[in-house]
Amino acid sequence: MVEDLREADDLLTQETMAPREDTMVETKEWVKRQFYGETIIDVQNLDFYYSKKQALQDVTIRIPQDGVTAFMGPSGCGKSTFLRTLNRMYEIIPGAKATGSILFEGEDLLKTDPVILRHKIGMVFQRPNPFPKSIFDNIAYGPRIHGMRNKRKLMEIVEESLHRSALWDEVKDRLKDSAFALSGGQQQRLCIARALAVFPKILLMDEPCSALDPRASDRIEQTARELAEELTVLIVTHNLQQAGRVSDNVAVFLADGELAEFGPTTKVFADPQDDRVADYLQGRFG
Amino acid sequence: MGNDQTEIRKELDLIQGRKKRTSTQWMAFTLLGVGSLFGFFFLALILYWVISQGASAISWEFLTTAPKNLAREGGIAPMILGSIYMTGGALLVAMPFALGSAIWLSEYAWKGWWLRAIRVGVNTLAGVPSIVFGLVGLGLFVIALGFGVSLLAGMCTLAMLSLPILIRASEEALRAVPRSFREGSLALGATRWYMIRTVVLPTAIPGILTGSVLGMARAIGETAPIMFTATAFMMTNPWPHSLFEKVGTLPYHLFGLIKISQHYNETRHIQYGTVFVLMVVVTLLNLTAIIWRTRVRRKKAW
Repeated sequence: MVEDLREADDLLTQETMAPREDTMVETKEWVKRQFYGETIIDVQNLDFYYSKKQALQDVTIRIPQDGVTAFMGPSGCGKSTFLRTLNRMYEIIPGAKATGSILFEGEDLLKTDPVILRHKIGMVFQRPNPFPKSIFDNIAYGPRIHGMRNKRKLMEIVEESLHRSALWDEVKDRLKDSAFALSGGQQQRLCIARALAVFPKILLMDEPCSALDPRASDRIEQTARELAEELTVLIVTHNLQQAGRVSDNVAVFLADGELAEFGPTTKVFADPQDDRVADYLQGRFG
Repeated sequence: MGNDQTEIRKELDLIQGRKKRTSTQWMAFTLLGVGSLFGFFFLALILYWVISQGASAISWEFLTTAPKNLAREGGIAPMILGSIYMTGGALLVAMPFALGSAIWLSEYAWKGWWLRAIRVGVNTLAGVPSIVFGLVGLGLFVIALGFGVSLLAGMCTLAMLSLPILIRASEEALRAVPRSFREGSLALGATRWYMIRTVVLPTAIPGILTGSVLGMARAIGETAPIMFTATAFMMTNPWPHSLFEKVGTLPYHLFGLIKISQHYNETRHIQYGTVFVLMVVVTLLNLTAIIWRTRVRRKKAW
């Protein structure tokens, strides 16, 4: 981790990876530290409401393309809500409303077609939620949405996705079996494979290990690390150790839905700038 | 403090002694138990009555042949078939509408007065007396649409009658599909309709089918809606043979045996036999639905 950090600092000094000009006007210390590499999602002044209740307060953050970014905070702080604004999954909740702008690929994703957006930003949920179908059909579900009917091509995608989620060896002989025959951890990796099968640029993971035992959690964390080589992984977790193990950068939300701190995980953990974040990290509240 | 509590306890004991409470409880249990026994008693009475009076009529001939000699002899096979055709057809007619509105109600409808109004409408439809359906069916299907008094008109009328049951059963089955399935589908970039087609409907279909079989069991005993629209007693060709012809049915056969035939006193055992067969058919339908449901529930892994 410390090495990663040094690397990142080096990168920052290089011309090519330098932050965009306009970002330099930001004054807060932690804001400057967040521009390691390219920004993939640029969130500006995001407010979020469930009917009258405000869940996120003026969140501004540039999420780096590389590595794993973790989102932490006490329960009810809006970290999951934040993740769900990124693929507009909040919209299925009546009365939920987001204002502000979230730039992704040069467009405000709050204003684009959510169906197209979700092809590019996949999601893994808190509890494994395979469909009551076979393992194969679960993973082929995404490609089939896009009209892929070619059996051989589908098989290739299924195999590749299962390899990427490190499940292939365990299920290669029983792709026709029901997904419910798998253990909880396997189901969760199946859900990861399902999300990967449409080749998203970003993978959102909403507390993906909270329903799993420690060993299964380890495998998921490992998978998340490996995936971060190819795509952007954003993970919500309430587990400090997990965030420490898995993430390169961490964003900490506070109970009122305010983003209090964002930076490289090692730095935030070792030397948080915000006192409330320091309290949270030391377990004094939340 | 301590004193206060002791006194309160004493007072409570004085107001309602332990003994008295126990006996009140005993009385309540007994009364409620007797009440529930009544429900069972009437069921047993009906079953006993029908079986003891009608069992003698049941024979292979009774179940497989047409009535003979002004329905004083022979069987009721055409009516069994007629009843099954009629309700089966009603199900076929009603299901697309029921499924459509159930999907709309559970998946698409926005909350608010409009949804409430439709719900109230569906519930009210369920409360409309069945004879009203009979009259509307006569006016609409028999006369206005020109179906004549026919199997088809009866199917359509019964379809209207069973619509609310089918809608409610289907909606319940659709709502029972876990939210996590829907989220999983939407998060992969599925449209709502794709999600419904590929995840929600396949998951809900056993429940929908169970509900529709129960709806069929309800509809098969109805007499009033088909009286003016579809059914007849003692036809020259009693076997159902055309959608556009009248058809014999079990409940109307019974009605005919008692109210139309001159020989109602001679046909007592046939009357009870007919009712017995009707009850067996209803029970079989319900049983199918129940077995189906348990099997699906056992297979369900979520």
